[in-house]
Amino acid sequence: MNNRLKTLAKGITDVSPLMIPVVPFGIIYGVIGMELGLSAYMTFGMSIIIFGGASQIVLLQLFSGGASSLIAITSVGAVNSRHLLYGAVFSEYLSHLKLIWKIILSYVLIDQAFAVSNSYFKKNKENEFKHYHLLGAGFTCWIIWQISTILGIVLGSVIPEELGLSFTISLTFLALLINDFRNFKNVIVMLVSGIVATIGYNTIPFQAYIIVAAISALLVATLLTLINLKKK
Amino acid sequence: MLWSTIIYCGIITYLTRFTMIFLLKKDILNDKTKKVLSYVPSAIFPAIIFPPIFVDNTGSLDFEGNPKILAAILAIIVGYISRSILATIFSGLISYWFLIFVYYQ
Repeated sequence: MNNRLKTLAKGITDVSPLMIPVVPFGIIYGVIGMELGLSAYMTFGMSIIIFGGASQIVLLQLFSGGASSLIAITSVGAVNSRHLLYGAVFSEYLSHLKLIWKIILSYVLIDQAFAVSNSYFKKNKENEFKHYHLLGAGFTCWIIWQISTILGIVLGSVIPEELGLSFTISLTFLALLINDFRNFKNVIVMLVSGIVATIGYNTIPFQAYIIVAAISALLVATLLTLINLKKK
Repeated sequence: MLWSTIIYCGIITYLTRFTMIFLLKKDILNDKTKKVLSYVPSAIFPAIIFPPIFVDNTGSLDFEGNPKILAAILAIIVGYISRSILATIFSGLISYWFLIFVYYQ
């Protein structure tokens, strides 16, 4: 097997364990999309066009609250700002590639693919085909996400609303933060965001509570970072 | 929901992934910026998590006998101990179902 295929296969196997929680997440997304009355095409179309679980769920939540397009788009931008970090970290490994590679790899640069390819790149800097790792990991995520979205769309028409599955949105995002619970500063940032959003849910106009909460919490995060730097 | 909103959101999402890879020749973000960006999930996800738990259908804050609060606390404890995404989601969902279908009936 040549090096390209080997690296591609390594990307696929490395990311596979991380796909286990992606499946229920995709199903939940599909079910909720249908429960909110979106068409199957739109629910699935979002998975193809946006391809980002958090962004898609935020969009659904704001849509159900009657937010305007501008607020929805800005909120999605805020949710996605973490990808700037991923791109900045990866530019070191990918800057020599042709533009077409950058265009393709950017589409699949999601949390899970970043996590596994970042650790692979660190250990295999000299592998000339290391970007195949991200290609394999990213498109594995893509395929799994599309399949679970379709499963959710199918299930969404049979699952009764009484089960309160919309609560799983909160639970899913909670689960994505479990590794940060142990860090005291992260917990402070989480509380600021959560409290501002809860109070602002009815008081901040235009459903802008996610943006306001995120900015307040990031200001606190900046302060915490600066205080920490001074100590050193 | 409009298709145009979805497409704009798709473009925004794509651009946040593409810009840095495209623009940077090498790593130019300083450590402080990186540190702050690493807080982004902690700064945004609670804004999505909290309101559906604490605000009821009428729009007022709901603290007393709210099954979602209890279920979320249980999920946090399970998540803290197990560090498992699946265990966190399912412990929260199952305790929520227990509360609404058995306990509060």
